[in-house]
Amino acid sequence: MQERPIRVLIAKPGLDGHDRGAKVLARALRDAGMEVIYTGLRQTPEQIVETGIQEDVDVIGLSILSGAHNHLFPRVMELLREKGAEDILVIGGGIIPEDDIPALKEKGIAEIFTPGTTTREVIEYIREHVQQR
Amino acid sequence: MTLVEGILAGKQRAIARLITLVENRPREAVPVLQDLYPHTGKALVIGITGPPGAGKSTLVARLTRRLRQRGKTVGIIAVDPTSPFTGGAILGDRIRMQELATDPGVFIRSMGTRGSLGGLAKATHNVIRILDAAGKDYIFVETVGVGQSEVDIVKTADSTLVVLVPGLGDDIQTIKAGILEIADIFVVNKADRQGADRLVAELEMMLDLSEKEVAWRPPVYTTVATGNQGIDAVLEGIEEHVRHLYQNGQLEARRRERYRAEIMAIVEEEIKARLLGQWSAGSLEELLEEVAARAKDPYAAAREILKPWTGNGKGGS
Ligand code: B12
Ligand SMILES: Nc1nc2c(ncn2[C@@H]2O[C@H](COP(=O)(O)OP(=O)(O)OP(=O)(O)O)[C@@H](O)[C@H]2O)c(=O)[nH]1
Ligand SMILES: [Mg+2]
Repeated sequence: MQERPIRVLIAKPGLDGHDRGAKVLARALRDAGMEVIYTGLRQTPEQIVETGIQEDVDVIGLSILSGAHNHLFPRVMELLREKGAEDILVIGGGIIPEDDIPALKEKGIAEIFTPGTTTREVIEYIREHVQQR
Repeated sequence: MTLVEGILAGKQRAIARLITLVENRPREAVPVLQDLYPHTGKALVIGITGPPGAGKSTLVARLTRRLRQRGKTVGIIAVDPTSPFTGGAILGDRIRMQELATDPGVFIRSMGTRGSLGGLAKATHNVIRILDAAGKDYIFVETVGVGQSEVDIVKTADSTLVVLVPGLGDDIQTIKAGILEIADIFVVNKADRQGADRLVAELEMMLDLSEKEVAWRPPVYTTVATGNQGIDAVLEGIEEHVRHLYQNGQLEARRRERYRAEIMAIVEEEIKARLLGQWSAGSLEELLEEVAARAKDPYAAAREILKPWTGNGKGGS
């Protein structure tokens, strides 16, 4: 058992009802020894950022399959900056076209994981990139 | 702004950071907790316990919303079980509380039990203290979905609500005595389902049969948390219970009991840390061999380890 579990918020922004990927990921991260806060469907960027702050998570993972990522992902980053919480690592996943990825990364999303990603890859990425504090 | 100032000003990020410190590196948090202590003791701590899925989180969200309408601030601590195998946890109580996420008068924190067995996490009492110092009027503590022995909440809360639902088993006998005895208030939730009336009747009968002469008989309320029904009555019940505790000095007595337990726990931990800090684990390995071979019993082995502090090695009772 790790001395200090990594805390991750798995959030579904917007009206997207596809939650399989988010749930699969939540379970995989738990099995990897992390504390996963799952808040369910239909979260606003405001709710996600406030939750991330109150729960003092190391990582926020956003899952979108509806196509609204180009609006919702940057909005989350903007709010995090406003609240002085841009040190939280933000990653995303779901149905995200290759062409959209560079712009999202520019906005501060650290990495995007599309269908076919193994949960192991995500776990390794998180372990390597969370800030030790 | 220092961490202490941030917390006293009710800043969400400062509160969140100190909670993490208390969970991960409790010793480092001690000086801050000491600075906060004079600012605590004002919040009312309400425990919410009951079987898995009874509607505890939904009820907490509804009670909180009502308290907010009355201008009160609220802290919520929601505890979920940590897997003993991986150390990981899915903390899902917030799903029912997200309408409160952006309310600056509410602070919600999810905690894994991290090895504690009593239904709470080890750091829970310190998290309560932090939210208290941050000025929250009410603090709800939702335990893990309990079976029977996870009753640490009574040692922690001023008032404990036990949430039950109809159709859990054939009758009240299946709900183990442990969690029934800790109730200051019963809530029969999911009253939109069949069997609620019967459950209420069974609880009342059980309370009638209770042998001891009691100053406070736990009231039984029915609610439909999802439908926002019966919430005001529960809040009034809580207020009445607290008034009762206050009037006959019980509130202070209960809290004193808690301070006693807390001081003793710190003393025990300090003794353990100091003794074990000076002790080399190597000697245990040798003793294990002897115990396994039945050349020594576990008591004799323990005494040998304690020899440097107890003198002749024949100490103990
Ligand atoms: C199953 C499914 C459904 C189910 C959803 C059940 C549920 N509760 O989740 C149902 C039938 C309900 C459904 C409905 C709809 N669907 Co649908 N659905 C799918 C389907 C076939 C599979 C999705 C899935 O569950 N995959 C399995 C999981 C495990 O994979 P995943 O979510 O992609 O997650 C992986 C990665 O993306 C990544 N990941 C995902 N999230 C995250 C988050 C983080 C932080 C990280 C690190 C990684 C990560 O890791 C995961 C593991 O590899 C996809 C097509 C497809 N092949 O993806 C369409 C698809 C997503 N659906 C689509 C559509 C259009 C709809 C509907 C609008 C259809 C309609 N007209 O009614 C509705 C909308 C429902 C709603 N309310 O939002 C479109 C979306 C198009 C778009 N984005 O442009 C898709 C792509 C189909 C298509 N080709 O058109 N759907
Ligand atoms: N029919 C009905 N369903 C309810 C009521 N209250 C809660 N629920 C539902 O019961 C389920 C569990 O509710 P929660 O509030 O998560 O229960 P809980 O006791 O916190 O659950 P755990 O924390 O997992 O032990 C959810 O689907 C709720 O919507 C109610 O009054 N009536
Ligand atoms: Mg719950």
